[in-house]
Amino acid sequence: MRNLDAAFSALADPTRRAILARLASGEATVMELAEPFDMSQPAISRHLKVLEGAGLIIRRIEGAKRPCRLAPEGVEAVDRWLAMLRNALAKNYDRLDEVLAAMKTEERKEMP
Amino acid sequence: MSKMALTTEGDTYIIVTRRFAASPEAVYRAHTEPALIQKWLLGPDGWTMPVCMSDARPGGKFRYEWADSKGRGFYITGEYLELTPFSRIVHVERMYLPEPTPDNHVETAFEPHAAGTLMRMRMTLPDAKTRAAMLATGMEHGMEASYARLDVMSIGEN
Repeated sequence: MRNLDAAFSALADPTRRAILARLASGEATVMELAEPFDMSQPAISRHLKVLEGAGLIIRRIEGAKRPCRLAPEGVEAVDRWLAMLRNALAKNYDRLDEVLAAMKTEERKEMP
Repeated sequence: MSKMALTTEGDTYIIVTRRFAASPEAVYRAHTEPALIQKWLLGPDGWTMPVCMSDARPGGKFRYEWADSKGRGFYITGEYLELTPFSRIVHVERMYLPEPTPDNHVETAFEPHAAGTLMRMRMTLPDAKTRAAMLATGMEHGMEASYARLDVMSIGEN
């Protein structure tokens, strides 16, 4: 959880979110990542450094290249947050089912 | 639970769909009438909504306040932007922790489905700061409070 603030702050930037979205479909090099953006490779590298520092991506060394991929732990932090939201919503809607059922009963009573 | 689906769309949206065994009119009313909202928009067990104001007309305001048995509480305020009875609600809201968080823009649509209603809600993902604040407060006060605060998000559906 130590990395959570860093993760969310890393996610605040739209370019970094786009990079993550791209990495969701597989490993990529800096050059491949820079392509769809109107940005220099050094600029992309800076974003990658932030993402790496936040634990959201992992880089490995392959000759002169350093391909990036998504880090499962970093992505999990965001998933956990979504899971909490999902649970809270599910609980509310289950309660709403009961409210709606009660409304139906009321209606029936009011009918002559 | 299979009735509800939660997915993300692009960078900014969370889409929630849920089916209900009641008419769109009933589901819409349960989202806009204070006496009904107070019965279900509560999040985790143990929380109540002692204050529920909802002026359901375009430009109308709402305010929800939650409290638990330990005297903790928080609230959200919001405005209705568009209301189409009994099919669509568009509103903005922000929660107070106690500092206000950025506005969350929410669209909720209700359509007849089988003998009931299909609800589709699109919420704007809170920005990174908001999420970080929510998570940080959650860690200070324990999971229960964290849940409750995250649940404020669920007001999104209103």
